[in-house]
Amino acid sequence: MAQTEWPLWEVFIRSKQGLEHKHCGSLHAADAKQAVQMARDVYTRRQEGVSIWVVPSSAITASDPDDKAELFDPAADKIYRHPTFYELPDEVKHM
Amino acid sequence: MSGERGSAEHIEYVLRLADNALVLGQRLAEWCGHGPVLEEDIALTNIALDLIGQARLLLDHAGRLEGKGRGEDELAFLREVPDFRNATLAELPNSGVASAGAAGGDYGVTIVRNLLFGAYQVELWQALAKSADAELAAIAAKSLKEARYHLRHAADWTIRLADGTEESRARIERALATLWPYTHELFATDRVEQAVARHGIGVESASLRAGWLAALAPIAAEAMLALPPDTGFCSTGKLGRHSEHLGFLLAEMQSLHRQHPGATW
Repeated sequence: MAQTEWPLWEVFIRSKQGLEHKHCGSLHAADAKQAVQMARDVYTRRQEGVSIWVVPSSAITASDPDDKAELFDPAADKIYRHPTFYELPDEVKHM
Repeated sequence: MSGERGSAEHIEYVLRLADNALVLGQRLAEWCGHGPVLEEDIALTNIALDLIGQARLLLDHAGRLEGKGRGEDELAFLREVPDFRNATLAELPNSGVASAGAAGGDYGVTIVRNLLFGAYQVELWQALAKSADAELAAIAAKSLKEARYHLRHAADWTIRLADGTEESRARIERALATLWPYTHELFATDRVEQAVARHGIGVESASLRAGWLAALAPIAAEAMLALPPDTGFCSTGKLGRHSEHLGFLLAEMQSLHRQHPGATW
């Protein structure tokens, strides 16, 4: 079958305040240059960002949902990994 | 801004700029919900909204220069066809001239018009950013950034479609041949332009043509398109003598305001 759909791209936007690019969605585009242009129109029209990354969706390796139990459940009862049990001295501000 | 009145030529000149943006914005808005793909649908609607934004500022400015209490709404929705001062190029249907009335639009026509008009607006706003009319200069500086993006979008698609399938190339070539004669009007200097140019308010549009051609040349070269030869044809929209298409566009654009005067939401 001939390829009639444009490839899918994942879009990451860095907001004015943010340091990191955050995933905000995906779109179809013929190539990377067009994907950036379309991301500008689709995802930054309400002043969401100052920088755009696009990545071919096919380049992303994702964890398998079936592995969810062994990957993530063991963390559920390790409550001591959270820093909630420390008494903060008054001198430490902005925590 | 000050309540300073403008000369008849000054008002006329600002109305031309406003109506170009308003009418093309309305045309492009027809694509809303009908774009070839979702991403392009949004891109074209963004461009339409940029143009309508320019039109609002310019109409408001024209209304103040006129000093008769007409605001953007009165000027946009309560004028008749002969009162509009947009170039004919802006009002031509999205489907092109030959197949006018055909349902839906032709993306080749839409893109080539945006290319020709976008390149014109870039030259125009660059020049008007130095206008002696401070408000017009501010609108030009803001609009220049928008026009640069519109040109980039149209240039990108012109190259892609010209370099695409046999059909897409044929459509781009046909659109260019059809629309080219209507660009002559954009650079036809008349007494209105001469008057505003004398006062440093506006420019004689003929002086923009060299820059316009220079901007189009590399795009046409990359798309392997030959720019059509010039003809003696010169449309007369900016003088208020329009094609048969503008009336239908205005009927759709103005009907809501005329049925519900002063409606807001």
